[in-house]
Amino acid sequence: MGVRILERVQLSDLVVKLVFDAPLIARKRKAGQFVILRIHEEGERVPLTIADADAEAGTLTVIFQVVGKSTRHLAELQVGDEILDLVGPLGQPTHIEKFGTVCCIGGGVGVAPVHPIMQAMKAAGNEVIAILGARNKDLIIMEDEFRKCADEVMLTTDDGSAGFHGFLNQALEETYLKPGRKIDLVVAIGPVPMMRAITEMTAKYKVPTVVSLNAVMVDGTGMCGGCRVSVGGEVKYVCVDGPEFDGHQVDFKSLTERQRTYIEQEKSSDEHYCRCLKGGN
Amino acid sequence: MDMKERMQLPRTPMPEQEPKVRARNFDEVPLGYTPEMAVIEAQRCIQCKQPPCVQGCPVGVDIPGFIKLVAEERFIDAAIKVKETNALPAVCGRVCPQEEQCESKCVRGLKSEAVAIGRLERFVADYERAQGQVACPECSLKTGRRVAVVGSGPAGLTVAGDLIQRGHSVTVFEALHKAGGVLVYGIPEFRLPKAIVEAEINYLERMGVEIRTSSVIGRIFTVDELFAEGYDAVFLGTGAGLPTFMNIPGENLSGIYSANEYLTRSNLMKAYRFPEYDTPIVRGRNVAVVGGGNVAMDAARTALRLGADNVYLIYRRSRAEMPARSEEVHHAEQEGVQFKLLHNPVEYLGDERGQVKAVICRRMELGEPDASGRCRPVEVAGSDYEIAIDTAVIAIGSGANPLVQGTTPGLETRRGNYIVADEATGQTSRPGVFAGGDIVTGAATVILAMGAGRKAASAIDAYLASLPAK
Repeated sequence: MGVRILERVQLSDLVVKLVFDAPLIARKRKAGQFVILRIHEEGERVPLTIADADAEAGTLTVIFQVVGKSTRHLAELQVGDEILDLVGPLGQPTHIEKFGTVCCIGGGVGVAPVHPIMQAMKAAGNEVIAILGARNKDLIIMEDEFRKCADEVMLTTDDGSAGFHGFLNQALEETYLKPGRKIDLVVAIGPVPMMRAITEMTAKYKVPTVVSLNAVMVDGTGMCGGCRVSVGGEVKYVCVDGPEFDGHQVDFKSLTERQRTYIEQEKSSDEHYCRCLKGGN
Repeated sequence: MDMKERMQLPRTPMPEQEPKVRARNFDEVPLGYTPEMAVIEAQRCIQCKQPPCVQGCPVGVDIPGFIKLVAEERFIDAAIKVKETNALPAVCGRVCPQEEQCESKCVRGLKSEAVAIGRLERFVADYERAQGQVACPECSLKTGRRVAVVGSGPAGLTVAGDLIQRGHSVTVFEALHKAGGVLVYGIPEFRLPKAIVEAEINYLERMGVEIRTSSVIGRIFTVDELFAEGYDAVFLGTGAGLPTFMNIPGENLSGIYSANEYLTRSNLMKAYRFPEYDTPIVRGRNVAVVGGGNVAMDAARTALRLGADNVYLIYRRSRAEMPARSEEVHHAEQEGVQFKLLHNPVEYLGDERGQVKAVICRRMELGEPDASGRCRPVEVAGSDYEIAIDTAVIAIGSGANPLVQGTTPGLETRRGNYIVADEATGQTSRPGVFAGGDIVTGAATVILAMGAGRKAASAIDAYLASLPAK
C-alpha cells in the first residue's frame, strides 16, 4: 500500500532529495504543483513542492530541508523504504507563457521548486536567468541542473563563499534591475523573508513578481482554510488558489505570523522524537 | 409480557459518562445498552402492522422486524436484518437525529416516549462487532460493470455497499488518507469512535469494495478520465467541506480556526494525542466557538477536552433557533460550555505576534422571521464588548468544494457550486454521472446523505442495466 523510495541523494548537510515510485502523480503533475505526504500512521501531513518528475519512469522527486521532526524522519529513510501516503498533484500549476525574459530566483531549498518552473518557462520560449542563493557555497543545490537549461546562472551566498556576496534581492538589484536589464517577470521561491525582500525590490522597479507560498497546511484540498493568506485584501487558500500568487499583493506579515502558530509545539515534537531515537521516552 | 405491561414500560435510559469526567476525556459519552436493557426496550415496540417508523427512516430499515429479533434475544439475526438496508448501523445508531426521523413517527411517542430505535440499532451493531462475527451478505453474480464513487463519506459508502451487493465492481476514490468523510474528520471520537467507523468500512471492503485513499478526483483523474479508464458510471458524493468564514477584521490571526481545520486536526490527525501523534493543535485556555449547529457543539466539546478553562459558544440567535440536536446542546451545557446567545463576533484583536487575544462581540435581538422562518437577528447598537480568548473556532456552516465541478465540463451546478441532480435518482446533467448528499443539498445530516446514496444506487443499477452489452 505504501509509496516506495527509489533513490535518495544527500544534497547538502540538511537538504535531501528523494525519488518516489508514483506513476499516476508523475503523469499528471505540472510545474508549480505540490504533494502532501504522511510517513507513518502517527505522522502529520507534510506539503512538499514537486522538484521534478519522469512520466515515463513513473517517478516523482521532492527536495526538502530538515527543519523539524517530520523532515528529520523523512531524511532518515533509505532506498527501498516506504512512506504511508502520498497525495497529489495539488495546487494550481504555474502560469506559463512567453513573457520574454524571466528571472527565476531560488533561495535555500526553494531552489528545488524553481527548477520545473524554469524548465517550463524555457520550453515556452523565454530567456531564463536563474539566481540561486544560499547561506554558503556548501548549501547551494542543483547548480548543474540549472546550468543545463538556464541562459544565465548566477550564484549568491550570504557569506561570499561563492558568487555574489550578499542577499538575493541585492544581487537582483545590483546585477539586473539597477543596470536597466529588461526583465519581464520574476519568479521567486524561498523563505518568506527572502520572498518579501524580493517583492519589495521588484515593486520599486515595477517588475511583475510571482512567489510560491509555504503556508501551514493540513489537507491541501481546500477543506480547512489553515493555509489561508490575504492577497490583495482577499482571503485565498494557498492549497487550491495557489501556491503561487502575485508577490506584490501578498500580506507577508500575516503569513509569517501564521507560520509561527505551532513553533513551540514543533520544537517539542522534534525533541520528543530525538529522545525516542536515543531509546528513552 | 402482555400488551398492557408493555405499554407501561418507560423508555430505557442509556448509561453515560458523568459530565465532569467525560468533559476531560475523548472516550464515548453514552455507554450503550446492555443486552438486558436492549431486550426490555425492544419489548416496548408494539409491532405495528403498517409501521410509521419505517417511513421516517431515509434508508427504510425494517425497524419492527429487527426489534422483534432483539426482544427474542436473537441479536446477531437482528444485526443482519438491519444491514439488509443499512451498511452503517453502528454509525447511524449514534449520529442520526432519530427524534426527527424514525422515532418522531413512533406510535408510542404519541402518549409517552418513542421506542429508542437508534439505541437499539446501535446495540445490535455493537453486539455483532463485539462477537467478532460480522457476516457479509451474499452478493449477486458479477455483472462486469464498474462504478467509480467519488468521496467516501456516508453517501458514497452507501452507494458502494448497495452496488457491490448488486454485483457491480465498485472503486471508491477518497482525497484524504482515510475513508469515511465527515465520519472520520468531522464527528469527534467521543460521539463516534473511529474504530467503529473503521470496522464498518472494513465490512464494505470485505464485500469487495475497493477503496483508493489519497486520490483527489479533479487532480489525479478527472471525471472524463474515469470513464476513459473503463468506469461505466460515476457517483459524486464529495460533500460540503469548504469552510465559511465571516470576513470580519482579524479573522486571519493565529489561533483562529475553521471548524473543519480544528476538527480535522483533532479527529483525523489525532492532535489531541500530540506529541505521540505529530500534528499539533492550539490548546487554548479561553476558546470562542462561533455558531449554533452540531459542528459548533462538536468543536466546543473538543475544546473542553483539549483542556480549555472557558469555552464560549457564541450564537447570534436564541436557543430556540439553534440548528444543533437538542441532545448535543444539552451535552455541551452539562459539560460546562458557556452559551453566549444573541451574540455575534464583529472583530478579533491580536497581540504583537499576531496571535488572537480577544473577540469583540455585539449583542443581538430577535426581529421578524426571515425566509427560513427563523427570527432574524438584529444588532443592538452600542452593545459591543470584549471577551479575552486565545483560540476561536468558526463553525457557521460550510459550502461545496469546487474541485470536481471545475474539471467536469457539462456538469450543471447551481449557486454556491452545488451540483444539480434529480432528487429521486441523483441523475446529473451528464449521462452516467450521478450525485448525492451534501454536494447536492448543502450541509445536511449523515442519514440524509445515506438516503440520497440509496436512491442513486438504484438509479445507477437501472442505468447500468440499460447500457448495451459489453
